[in-house]
Amino acid sequence: MTLTPTAVALPSPRRRPGGRPLLRLLILVAIVAVVLYPLIWMVGTSVKSQEEIVNNLGLLPERFTPGNYTAGWSNFDVSFGRFFLNSAMVSLLTVVGNGLSCLLAAYAFARLRFRLRGVWFAVMIGTLLLPQHVLIVPQYILFRTLGLVGGEWPYLPLLVPQFLATEAFFVFLMVQFMRGIPRELDEAARIDGAGPYGIFRHIILPLSRPALVTTAIFSFIWTWNDFFRQLVFLSQLQDYTVPVALTLFIDSTSQSAVGPMFAMSVLSLLPVFLFFVAFQRMLVEGINTSGIKG
Amino acid sequence: MALTTAPDPTRRGPGSVRAHPKRRGPGRIRHTEGLAGYVFLSPWLIGLMGVTAIPMLLSLYLSFTDYDVLTPFSEVRWVGLANYERMFTADPSYWHAVRVTVTFALVAVPLKLVAALGVALLLNRAWRGVGLFRGLFYLPSLLGGSVALAIVWVNMFNRDGAFNSLLSLFGITGKPWVNDPDWALETLMVLAIWQFGAPMVIFLAGLKQVPTELYEAAAVDGAGRFRQFRNVTLPMLSPVIFFNLVLETINGFQGFTAAFVLSNGTGGPVDSTLMYTLNLYITGFTELDMGYASAMAWVFLLAIAVITAIFFSTGRFWVHYSDEEDR
Repeated sequence: MTLTPTAVALPSPRRRPGGRPLLRLLILVAIVAVVLYPLIWMVGTSVKSQEEIVNNLGLLPERFTPGNYTAGWSNFDVSFGRFFLNSAMVSLLTVVGNGLSCLLAAYAFARLRFRLRGVWFAVMIGTLLLPQHVLIVPQYILFRTLGLVGGEWPYLPLLVPQFLATEAFFVFLMVQFMRGIPRELDEAARIDGAGPYGIFRHIILPLSRPALVTTAIFSFIWTWNDFFRQLVFLSQLQDYTVPVALTLFIDSTSQSAVGPMFAMSVLSLLPVFLFFVAFQRMLVEGINTSGIKG
Repeated sequence: MALTTAPDPTRRGPGSVRAHPKRRGPGRIRHTEGLAGYVFLSPWLIGLMGVTAIPMLLSLYLSFTDYDVLTPFSEVRWVGLANYERMFTADPSYWHAVRVTVTFALVAVPLKLVAALGVALLLNRAWRGVGLFRGLFYLPSLLGGSVALAIVWVNMFNRDGAFNSLLSLFGITGKPWVNDPDWALETLMVLAIWQFGAPMVIFLAGLKQVPTELYEAAAVDGAGRFRQFRNVTLPMLSPVIFFNLVLETINGFQGFTAAFVLSNGTGGPVDSTLMYTLNLYITGFTELDMGYASAMAWVFLLAIAVITAIFFSTGRFWVHYSDEEDR
C-alpha cells in the first residue's frame, strides 16, 4: 500500500494526457481552499477583538488580539487548564487501556487455539458495528448502581470499558496485523521451549509495535474528540473534559463570549492537529488498512 | 494490501478452527494453549459480558418498564409493550426524529461519497503533490467530529458568519441559517460532507488496486474516458464503494455532537436537528425516561441491523469481487 516515491514520480504511460495536469492542480487547489477555509477562519476569529468579530468578516484580523485566549482560559470558575488536564488524563489512560487489553485479545484470536474461538471471534466482529448510543442507558444505570458515576473518581465509567478491550475495532486491527507475522517465528520459539506466554512476550509483543502505535494514535484522537460518553458521565464542573467544558460557552448566550469560545476551540483542536502533522502518513495508511472513519 | 471488510474464512485464522489440523502434537500442549487462550481473552470476555452483553439484556428488560433512574430497582413497574406502543402510535416527536435522521443520512451520505470518489479520482493520477493533498483533505475527518469544530460551524453559518460574508460578495443577503428550521439540518449535512477525506483515502487505496491492464484493454477496444470509468473503474471499485457506503450510513445515523452543539442539546430550532441519538439522549438523560429510552435504543439497534442486512443482501447484485472465480 505504501506509495513508494518512484511510484509517485513515474508518469503513467497508460493514459492519454487528456487530463491537463495544470487544470487538475487548479481544481485541487480550489478544493483545498474550500476545505481549509473554516479552519483558517476559526484561527483568524480567535484573535479578533469583539468589535472585529461582528464588523470585520474577513479571514484575518486587522489588529491581532490574543486577549481572547487569556479570557477564555479563565472564563469559568474552573480554568481551562484543569479541563485540559482532565482530557489528557482520560485520553492517555484510554491509550494504555486499549493498547494492553486489545493486544491480549488479539493474540488469543490470531495465534492460540481454544474452544469456541470461532464463536467468540464472530461475536467480536458483531460488536464492531454496535452503536455506542445503544448501550449508553444501561451502562449508565450499571455504573451508577455500582456507585461509579460522580463517585470519588468520576472517570471510571469512561475508562473501565477501555481496559476490557471493548473497542472491537482495535482488536480487529491487531488481529489483522498479527496474521502478517510469520508463523515460523512462533515455531522457532516453540522449539526453543517457549510456551504461549513466551511467544507473546518475545515474538508477538515486540513485532506488534506498529499496530500498537496506530491504536495509540487513534485511541488518543477519538477519546480527545469524544463528547457523548463524557457528557453523560461527567457532572461536576471541575471534572469536565475540554469538549464538555466547551459546550458551557453555548449556554452563555452573550455575544462577548464568541472570541474566547473560538480561542478555546482552537486550543482544543491543537493536540489533534499536532498528531496529524507528526503522524500524517501513518494515520492515512492506518485507515487504508482498516477503513476507519475519522 | 487488500482492503479487508470481513475475515476471510478460507484463510488460516480465528475464523476457522478447522484450518489447523492437529499438527501441534501431544494433547498436553493443546491443553495449555487452550487455557492460555482464555487467559489472554479474559479481559475481552469480561468486557463483553459486563460492558456489552449484560447492559444489552438490562436495557431489553428496561424497555418493558417505566424505569427512571430515581426510583430503586425494586419498585420498577413492568409496563409490557407500552413503551413500544407509545413510540409507534403516540409520539409524533419520535417519528419526527426518525425523519430528521433518515433525511440527514439520505442526503449527506451519498453526497459525501460522491465528493470522496470525485476527489480520489482527481488525486489518483500519479504525480508529486498527492501525499500533501491527501493529508490536507483528510484533516477535516480528524477534526470534524469534535465539539470545537461544531461550534465553529454553527458560527460560520450564523448571521455574522463567514458563509454570509461570502454570499455578500455576490450581493446576496444571507440569514442566520442555523436558526432557520428549514436550513439548520442542511448546515449539519454540509459539515458531514466536509469530512469526505476518510472515505476518499479508502477510495484512493481501492483505485491503486485496479490493474492497469484493464484500462489498456479497454482503450484498445476503443473505450473512451467515460466508458473506462463506467465499465472498469466502477465495477473494480464496487467492493470499496460498498464498504464506504455501509460504514458511512451507519455513522450517518449516529450523528450527535454537531446537532447537540447547534441546538444546545434541544434538537431545535423547532426540532429540525432532532437526530435519533439526540432524541434518545434527551429522553433518557434530560427527561430521565430511561425505560422509554431503552426501547428507542433497541429499535435503533434493530433498524441498523436490518439496514446492514439489506446492504449485504443487495450487495450480491452490484458488488464485484475480482477473485470470485477462484472460490
